[in-house]
Amino acid sequence: MNIIEAQNLTKRFGELVAVDSVSFGVEKGELFAFLGPNGAGKSTTIKMLTTLLTPTSGKITLNGYDPIENPDEVRHSFGIVFQDPSLDDELTAYENMDFHGVLYGIPRKERQVRIEQLLKFVELWDRKKDFVKHFSGGMKRRLEIARGLLHHPQILFLDEPTLGLDPQTRNHIWSYIKDLSEKEQMTIFFTTHYMQEAERVADRVAVIDHGVIVAQGTPDQLKQQTGAQSLEDAFLDLTGHAIREETADNWERVRRMRGVRR
Amino acid sequence: MRTIYILWLRQIKRYYRSKSRIIGSLGQPLLFLLAFGFGFGPIFQKAGQGNYLQFLTPGIIAMSIIFSAIFSGIEIIFDRQFGFLKETLAAPVSRVSIMIGRTLGGATVSTMQGLIVIGISMLVGFRFNSLLSLLLALLFMLLIALLFTALGTAIGSLMQDFHGFQLIVNFLIMPLYFLSGAIFPLQGLPKTLTTLATINPLSYGVDGLRGALLGTAHFGLLIDFSVLSGLSLIVIMIGAYLFSKVQI
Repeated sequence: MNIIEAQNLTKRFGELVAVDSVSFGVEKGELFAFLGPNGAGKSTTIKMLTTLLTPTSGKITLNGYDPIENPDEVRHSFGIVFQDPSLDDELTAYENMDFHGVLYGIPRKERQVRIEQLLKFVELWDRKKDFVKHFSGGMKRRLEIARGLLHHPQILFLDEPTLGLDPQTRNHIWSYIKDLSEKEQMTIFFTTHYMQEAERVADRVAVIDHGVIVAQGTPDQLKQQTGAQSLEDAFLDLTGHAIREETADNWERVRRMRGVRR
Repeated sequence: MRTIYILWLRQIKRYYRSKSRIIGSLGQPLLFLLAFGFGFGPIFQKAGQGNYLQFLTPGIIAMSIIFSAIFSGIEIIFDRQFGFLKETLAAPVSRVSIMIGRTLGGATVSTMQGLIVIGISMLVGFRFNSLLSLLLALLFMLLIALLFTALGTAIGSLMQDFHGFQLIVNFLIMPLYFLSGAIFPLQGLPKTLTTLATINPLSYGVDGLRGALLGTAHFGLLIDFSVLSGLSLIVIMIGAYLFSKVQI
């Protein structure tokens, strides 16, 4: 049985169909890449899988549970690193980690050990007492990833985890995640815009565009299917070369308006 | 329990770290205390009602508490916009315990704010009856804080951004405050005003505080306590329900 199963999953926002009758399955222990251009419906799908958003129609099973009927059981099954920031700026790096550890029920001793280990891993241990509001974008990103890895869930959602990080850090983080997945049979569901990353890491890939899944399979299958040399070429073949307008949330819209005025 | 505790702790930490917020939110009560307390004092005295500063202080304490409490509740909108709300909503804990932790934290913070106002008003001449009356007042302060933090949480769960905040200040907080008997006695008022004051939950908070600190309650301490605690329970339940329905 698949650990993640989506059947005809649909989400409408008024007129806009963000996700349109999407179906896919992810096996336990798999590294599954969910790829698509901006605004394709990736984050909306993740929000529905993680109980943050109610689907308009369709069915989800996550670790055997329905996110609508048993949200608590579903939340016990996964961990998540969000695409946009979700840290408390007014707390220190350590406090953010600790808060997370308490919420996820990690015993105090284990919590202290893991927080130290992970903060050292993302090279933030000597900044542990600093407020997150003083951190740079890359440091915040690293802290978010460290926080997401603090508890070892059955399923880990990573929504563009390595966005804005340098290649060294990205490599470092991916090898850790692969290792974790192998050791603990952890299922990894991730999105990324770095196609080489997906090609290197993912067991299987689904490509979503305009809310519809346009291709699914191993990176090799996708390349064969399109006759492309790399996953990036296959991706461009499948989704076209036109640049997409992301469906912006309120803040992004405000930011963009300010940008225009300048 | 640990969820409630860690969310409570977060509110407390955020409070004592934002010194500017603490000082800023004391400006208004201080102004009211000085301008009203000393401005209307002589007239109040002439009308045979005694010391106005004594009468007014419980009202000012209540005012600082409801401002702080409703704001603490509405802070959910900040968490939504800065993304932190997702972190709590995706966690494997019940949303009711998140809401209760936040609410208790906001209520604690607001009560501390009220205690500071008591301290300040004592500097300008306010005196309460006894230490026991201070303890009793603390209970009422907590109840007021709880009720209005929960109310703020309920409102914050329904709002997407801060555009409606001014609306809430002018059409909810201000009317609640001015029609609560905080600045004038409830005896001998026109009928409409009496009715409005009677259905205003803050009236019972102000009255309870006044009864506790000075021994002069209009409705009676038991009624004040019952109304406040009953209503708090209801609003916490409504707030918890609305919060559990929040989508990102």
